Amino acid sequence: MTSSPPAAPRGRVGRQRDSRVGDKIFMNLARGSGILLLVVMAAIAGFLAWRSGLALSKNDGHFLTTFEWAPDAPKPVFGIAVLAFGTIVSAIIAMAIAVPVAIGIALFISHYAPRKIAQPFAYLVDLLAAVPSIVYGLWGALFLVPHMDGLTSWLNQYLGWTYIFDQTKTGTVPRNLFTVGILLAIMILPIITAVSREVFRQVPRMHEEAALALGATRWEMIRTAVLPFGRPGIISASMLGLGRALGETIAVAVVLSSNSVLSLHILDPGGGTFAQNIALKFAEAGNNGRNALMASGLVLFVITLLVNGAARLIVARRKEYSGAAA
Amino acid sequence: MSAATTTVSADARPLGRALTANRLPKWAPAAVAAGSIALGCGIGAVGGLASHLQWGLISAILFVAIGYALSARVEGRRQAKDRLATSVVWVAFILAVVPLVALTFYTIQQGADVVNGYFLSHSMKGVLASGPGGGIYHALIGTLEQVGLATATAAPVGLLTAVYLVEYGRGRLAKTVTFFVDVMTGVPSIVAGLFILSLWNLALGFNYSGFSGSLALAILMMPVVVRSTEEMLKLVPNELREASYALGVPKWKTILRIVLPTAIGGITTGVMLSVARITGETAPVMMLVFGADYINSNPFDGPQQSLPMYIWQQYSVVNNDYGYARAWGAALVLIAFVMGLNLIARGIARWRSPKGGH
Amino acid sequence: MKLQRNGRSKALAIGAMALVSSLSLAACGSDNNNTTSASGGSSGSSSAAAINCGKPGALIAAGSTAQGNAIDLWKTTFGAACSGTTVNYGGVGSGAGIQQFTQGKVQFAGSDSALKPAEVDATKAVCTGGQGIDLPMVGGLISLVYNIEGVDNLVLDGPTAAKIFDSQITKWNDPAIAALNPGAKLPDADIQSFHRSDDSGTTDNLTHYFAKASSGAWSYPASKTWAGKGGQSANGSAGVSAQVKQVKNSIGYVELSYAQTNSLKSAAINTGASKPVAATTENAANTFAKAKIAGTGSDLALSLDYATKDEGSYPLVLVTYEIVCDKGNKADTLDTLKAFLTYTASDSGQKAIGEKGYVPLPKELTDKVNAVIPTLA
Repeated sequence: MTSSPPAAPRGRVGRQRDSRVGDKIFMNLARGSGILLLVVMAAIAGFLAWRSGLALSKNDGHFLTTFEWAPDAPKPVFGIAVLAFGTIVSAIIAMAIAVPVAIGIALFISHYAPRKIAQPFAYLVDLLAAVPSIVYGLWGALFLVPHMDGLTSWLNQYLGWTYIFDQTKTGTVPRNLFTVGILLAIMILPIITAVSREVFRQVPRMHEEAALALGATRWEMIRTAVLPFGRPGIISASMLGLGRALGETIAVAVVLSSNSVLSLHILDPGGGTFAQNIALKFAEAGNNGRNALMASGLVLFVITLLVNGAARLIVARRKEYSGAAA
Repeated sequence: MSAATTTVSADARPLGRALTANRLPKWAPAAVAAGSIALGCGIGAVGGLASHLQWGLISAILFVAIGYALSARVEGRRQAKDRLATSVVWVAFILAVVPLVALTFYTIQQGADVVNGYFLSHSMKGVLASGPGGGIYHALIGTLEQVGLATATAAPVGLLTAVYLVEYGRGRLAKTVTFFVDVMTGVPSIVAGLFILSLWNLALGFNYSGFSGSLALAILMMPVVVRSTEEMLKLVPNELREASYALGVPKWKTILRIVLPTAIGGITTGVMLSVARITGETAPVMMLVFGADYINSNPFDGPQQSLPMYIWQQYSVVNNDYGYARAWGAALVLIAFVMGLNLIARGIARWRSPKGGH
Repeated sequence: MKLQRNGRSKALAIGAMALVSSLSLAACGSDNNNTTSASGGSSGSSSAAAINCGKPGALIAAGSTAQGNAIDLWKTTFGAACSGTTVNYGGVGSGAGIQQFTQGKVQFAGSDSALKPAEVDATKAVCTGGQGIDLPMVGGLISLVYNIEGVDNLVLDGPTAAKIFDSQITKWNDPAIAALNPGAKLPDADIQSFHRSDDSGTTDNLTHYFAKASSGAWSYPASKTWAGKGGQSANGSAGVSAQVKQVKNSIGYVELSYAQTNSLKSAAINTGASKPVAATTENAANTFAKAKIAGTGSDLALSLDYATKDEGSYPLVLVTYEIVCDKGNKADTLDTLKAFLTYTASDSGQKAIGEKGYVPLPKELTDKVNAVIPTLA
C-alpha cells in the first residue's frame, strides 16, 4: 500500500495520455471520413450544377413547366414537368405499398414467425435485395405486366370514378405508372424489411415483457413498445427504399411506356421518371442534351434533399429514444 | 412506457372474465385461411376474373375480415384486434413473398439449364453473340474485382463516418454530414456514373477500366453503409458504453471493442445489403468499364466486363433465345454469388458476435 | 481484446476468401472457345483465309447499337483468323460513341447518322492534322412490323404509316388502310402503335422517311426523339418487337434482324411503284445502289432517297457509318484499324452480315470505301 500510491498515478497518467492520443487519432479518422463524404457530395452537386447551368442558359422552354424533352434541337426546348410528376407519383405508389407491407414482414420475422422459420425467411428477404434491377425489369416486363391486365381493368371498372383509376385508353398494355409503382414497391421491399427487422430485433426485451406483463395482447405490446422504439429506424429504412425508388433506372426503362404527357390517369400508359429519362436519352444525346440530362439529375437530387429533410424533422423529435433512455 | 400502461389498463377487463373468456381453438386461423382461399377462388371463378392476382387479393381480404369478425364475436374486441394484426402481418408477408419467390423461381427455372462448368469457366471470346456457347467467366471476374474494390473503398469510409456521427457527432458538421448522407442515397446510379466519367476519365484522363467502375459503385455504396451502420450503432444500449467508461476504458477502445462488436450483426447486414445493391447496378458500370468479351483480370487497366452489363447486353443487343438463356444464366449466378457472400458474412457475424447481447 | 480481433479477423477472413476464390477462379477460366467458334463462325470460316491481319493489336470502338450484331460477327471472324488481335465494340449509342471518339478514347465510332459540322470540328482535336470522316459500312432496313390476326400481307404507304404512328388513324379498318389492302380482312379494332422510348437512329431514319414521303401528314421535324402523338413506347428494338409480338392489333418499327429473330410480319410499302415493295434485303440494296455521296473528299456520308418511287426499291433504309480520322489516327493501332475495316468492307465481310438481317452495301459503294481505307494515316 505504501509503495503503490506513487506508482499508480504515474501509470494512470501514462495511460490517459495514451488514450487521449488514441482518441484523437480515432476521432479525426472518423471525422475525416465524414468530411470526405461531404467533399464527394459537394463535388457531385457542384458538377451537376455547373453542367445544368450550361444547359439552362440555352433552354428556349421553361425548365420547370415544359413537357417536351428536345435539348438537341436547333432551338433547345426541355422541361422536367412530366419527369418530376412521374417520379413522384411512382415513388408515392411504391412507398404506399411497400412501407406497410415491409413493416408487416419485418414484424412477422421478428415477432410473429416461429424462430425456426424466421431465420430462413430473413435470409430469403436478403436474397431478394440482391436481385439485380435488370432482372426485376425483365421479370416485370415478361411476367408482371401481363398479370396486371385483370387488376387494371377491374380498378378502372369499380374505381374509375376516382379519376385517378380512370383508364381513358382501353386496350393498351398496362405499362403505366401504376405498374411501375408496384414493381418499385416489390424492389424496395427487401431493403426496407431488412433494416426495419434489425431495428425491431433491438427493441429492449424489458419493454416488451413489461407490456406483456401488464396484460397487453401481442398487438398492444407491438403498438406500445416495438413500433415507437423502431420508428426512427423505420423512417430511415423507408428513406433508403425511397432513394432506390426515385433513382431506379433500368427496371423502369424496361417496363414503362413513356411519353411526354402529364396525366393523373395512372392506368394510362405515359409519363416518365428522371432516371429512366437519363438512361433512355443519354446514349444518343449531344453536348447540350447531356447537360440537360444533368440538370434533370440535379432536380432529382434536390427532391431527395427535400424529402430527407422532412424525414429528418420527424426523426429528430424522437432522437433520444434510445434503449438506454428507459 | 407510460403510454403503454395507460392503454392497457384502460382496456383491461375484470380479471375474472378474462380468465374464463372464450378463446378460438388453435386450428381456427388455419381453418379461416383455408375457407377464405376456397371462397376467394370461388368468387374469382364464378365472377370470371381472369387475373389470379385478384383471386389472391380477394382471399386475403376475406381472411382478414372473417378472422376479425369471428374473433370479435367469440373473444372480444381486444383479442380481435390482436388477431386482426396477426392476420394482417401474415397477409403482408404472404402477399410480398409470393411475387418475390415467383421471381426467384422464374430465374432459377430459366437459368438452371444454362449454368454449368463450361458456362462458368469460359469467356465470350471468339463466340458469336447471336449463336450458342460462351460463358460468363470474364464478367464474373470483372464484377468480383469491381465490387471488391468498391467495398474496400466504401465500407471503411462508411463505417468510420457512421461511428463519427453516432459517437462523436455533435454540432453543425455532424448535422450536415447526416443530412447529405441521406441525400446521397438518392443520387441516381447513372448520375454517379456520369460524375466519375467526367472527373476520372475525362478530366484526369484515365482510361476505361474496372477501377473507374468501382469508384462509381463506391459512391453508391457509401451512404447505404453509413445509414444502416448508424441505425445499428444507435441501438447499442448506452449502459454498455457507460459501463466501459466506468472501467476506465478510453472511448476509442470502447467503440472498437464494445460498440462495434455488439452491433456487428446489423452492420454486416448493412454492408451486405449495400454490396447487394451495387452488384446489380448496370447503368454506371456500363459507361465506365466499357465491357469486353475476353478475360481481363487486371481491374486497373483496359476494358473489363461485368455481370449486370453482360445480362443487359445479352437481353437487349443479342435478343434471341441464346442471348436470353445466357442472360438468365448470368442473373442466376449473380444472385447466387451475392447470396453466398451474404450467408458467409452472416455466419461469421453470428459466430463472432458477443453472446447474450443486450 | 478478443472482440476487437474478431472484427479484424472477420475482415481478414473475407478478404482472404475473396482473394483465394478469385485466384482459383483465375486459374480455371479460359478464353479458349475453339470448339464452339468452329460451329458459330462457320459462315465466316471459308472467307477467313482471305483476311489480311495487319499488325496484331487491340482495337477499341464504340457507338451505334444498330450495327452491334454486325460488328460482333466481324470481330469473331476476324479474331478467329488473326489470333493476336482483339476488337472491342461497346454498343453505347451513336451519340455516346461520337463523344468517346472526340475524346480520343476509342479508335473508331459507329454512328447511325453522319457527323454534323460541329462534331467534325470537335474531331479535329484528336485527329492531328486531319478530321473525322464517315465511312458507310453497315446497311440496314427498318421493318414496319405488325401483329393482326388474319392479315398476312399488309400494305402501307408513307402518308398512311405516318398517320397511324401519329394517332390520326386509330382503327385498322380505316378507309385509308382498306384502300391500300383490297380484300384483306381488316379488323374493327383500335390500332396499338409502338414507338421507341429511347432516342435512336432508327427513329431518326423513320421520321426522315415520314418527312419526305408522307405528303405533309407528319408535321414534326425528323429527330432521334419520338415526337408523334399517342401510341405506346418501349425501350430499344428488343422492347418494341417484344410488345408487337405480345399485343394484338399492334404495329411498330424495328430493324429487319429483330423482325426476323422474333418472327414478326413486316408490311410492304406502296411507294408509287407499280407494286408494293416488300421489306427484303434485296429491295433495300436497290435503294442503296442509288444513294448519292453527300460527303466531300474522303468523307463518304450518304444521301438516301427516302421518297424513291423506283421499282423494287424499299425506301425505309438506314446506314451505319464507321467514323475514323482521315489523318492522325493513333499510330500504334492504325495498321490494325485499316486491316479490320478492309475486311468489313470486303465482299466476304458484307456477305456475312447479309445473312444476319443486314443489307450488304452494293459494290459501287464498297469500292469507294475500299479506296479510302488505304489512305488513312
